[in-house]
Amino acid sequence: MTATRVLVAKVGLDGHDRGVKVVARLLRDAGFEVIYTGLFQTPDTVAAAAVDEDVDVIGLSMLSGAHMTLAPLVVEALRARGCDVPVVVGGIVPPQDVSDLEAAGIAAVLGPGASADEVVETIATAARGERPHREATPHR
Amino acid sequence: MMSMNPRAEWKKAFDESRVRTERFQTMSGIPLEPVYGPEDGEHPGQFPYTRGPYASMYRSKLWTMRMFAGFGTAIDTNQRFKDIIRAGGDGLSTAFDMPTLLGLDSDDPMSLGEVGRCGVAIDTLADMRDLFADIDLGDITTSMTINSPAAVVLAMFVAQAESAGVPRARLGGTLQNDILKEYQAQKEFVFPPRQSMRLVRDTMAFTATEMPRWHSISISGYHIREAGSTAAEELAFTLGNGFAYVELARQAGLPVDAFAPRLSFFFNAHIDFFEEIAKYRAARRIWARWMRDRYGATSERSMQLRFHTQTAGVSLTAQQPEVNIVRTAIEALAGVLGGTQSLHTNSMDEALALPTEKAARIALRTQQVIAYETNAAHVADPLGGSYFVEELTDEMERRAEEIFSRIDEMGQGSMLEGCITGIEENWFQGRIADSAYELERAFNAGERIVVGVNKFLEGNDDDDLEILRITNEDEKKQRERLARVKQDRDDGAVADALDRLAKEAIEPEVNLMPALIDASRAYATVGEMMNTMAGVFGRHVEVPTI
Repeated sequence: MTATRVLVAKVGLDGHDRGVKVVARLLRDAGFEVIYTGLFQTPDTVAAAAVDEDVDVIGLSMLSGAHMTLAPLVVEALRARGCDVPVVVGGIVPPQDVSDLEAAGIAAVLGPGASADEVVETIATAARGERPHREATPHR
Repeated sequence: MMSMNPRAEWKKAFDESRVRTERFQTMSGIPLEPVYGPEDGEHPGQFPYTRGPYASMYRSKLWTMRMFAGFGTAIDTNQRFKDIIRAGGDGLSTAFDMPTLLGLDSDDPMSLGEVGRCGVAIDTLADMRDLFADIDLGDITTSMTINSPAAVVLAMFVAQAESAGVPRARLGGTLQNDILKEYQAQKEFVFPPRQSMRLVRDTMAFTATEMPRWHSISISGYHIREAGSTAAEELAFTLGNGFAYVELARQAGLPVDAFAPRLSFFFNAHIDFFEEIAKYRAARRIWARWMRDRYGATSERSMQLRFHTQTAGVSLTAQQPEVNIVRTAIEALAGVLGGTQSLHTNSMDEALALPTEKAARIALRTQQVIAYETNAAHVADPLGGSYFVEELTDEMERRAEEIFSRIDEMGQGSMLEGCITGIEENWFQGRIADSAYELERAFNAGERIVVGVNKFLEGNDDDDLEILRITNEDEKKQRERLARVKQDRDDGAVADALDRLAKEAIEPEVNLMPALIDASRAYATVGEMMNTMAGVFGRHVEVPTI
């Protein structure tokens, strides 16, 4: 069986890359093939990279509060390319935003404090095209 | 002159200090000395300042309760500033939004969704005017957390103050202006490292001659730690960067004692209480020794490390957020026992969003409890002499010195070159990412307990905390405002000012501050000034590594 390919991305102006790097290493250690876009990507460059790299799932790391604007745009940019790769958002996301993000096509949201197991399970589930069985967000 | 013993020397310095009128005693009436320890030992205010930069420490003046704030438009943040002043905060600290931090205007396509979100949006002098409306800039000190566009924002601040009748020489405050840690940790960079360092040099030279009350750089370990470093790495990378700025200014011909007294530091206060205190003590000692022995400083002020502290954002949890008040209190106390000159306490809701007014007030109250209820500030360096803390202080220093040797080696005898090379080769970034991953591994293995996250989970399902919501309305308002400013300004004057800026940017020996101040007065935008310089300097791109 080939490894699941995951694109981890920072979109927008947020330079906080501790989370994305930790998650990238966690996923790599769990057997995923991980591609990291680097900082300051736009929804378009992320979508283009996802198509080029033929990934199974995208993990967006967002800590600046711009998730409500930018995450749905990533989904739109993907769909515009005829790509239905699932998108998982992780970072500083208040629980109140989770349902809106899901309505905008985000497969799952990982909030602050998600454990390695939760990250791996959520990404793997999303990559299989399933909705996570329970709310993956370890919010209260 | 007969040399006095350290106690007598300290006593003399203490007696010459202004002391607050308060009864310095315990709650039960036991009188307290300003410091304890052997007569022939090091005292506060004595080289190498392990025990504090001043003889009298908090007996003269408590730390500045400087709360970081900024969101939405300048008008919104101006209101928050006034709230802070009313609530007893005595220094302002400005958080800028992501576009401003990256030198982009609010109407730039890359700014979409980020305007006013993590801080206040500043595009032109008009925003600077609203930001400080009805606040006397000659009276209060103002800290501005900005790095890549630091020179631009300082220019705008000077232009605003002078238009309000406050001459630049009267302005007190701090510009973060620490670009090296941006490449290492926070990653809000624009120009390549060497070109950025030219702007740092320009601000240092400008403030050294024209703004005697201004701190030109706040050399920051905070972000290095938040990005995942250990305490020793935070200490060593930060001081290493400090040495790089000292070498930069010396290369520019500034005598060390002319600028070093205006350098200040900014450290994290993480949850490991004693390690943090040891870190602050070691920082003062290392700085003093290096400044005297390696850089030939002779003025005491050049050797005395002064620092701001912020409690650790990364220690906050989204689960059971009220518990964050406790974490923050412990961290803040470490800063105070370590002798910090100013302090920001984080709010309990910051693992979820920017703080609400109530959460920010509780965070300030936390400092006030330490300052006014605990009597913890009565005695300087209260943990000095503890076998444990002294040993930990020594160990911090040893570990830092090992790292300095490595940086010095990378720079072939220059800390400045070592820092730049380390950045270009991803050495700092790699070490920080390794340490962050090690902490995460320990957490996942259950070796590191975080209350409410991997243990003691009861209560995680309680009702949601009320959090601050920032709508896209602010972004829209700010874009409209910028459009109005652009319509009303004299485009010819803007073009002339930017033209001059471009011409002067090409000449590496010219100080760009005067050109930036003139461009600010003409209502050139932050983005226009930054783009003009990027046309000459180029832009930095980080090679993505995991």
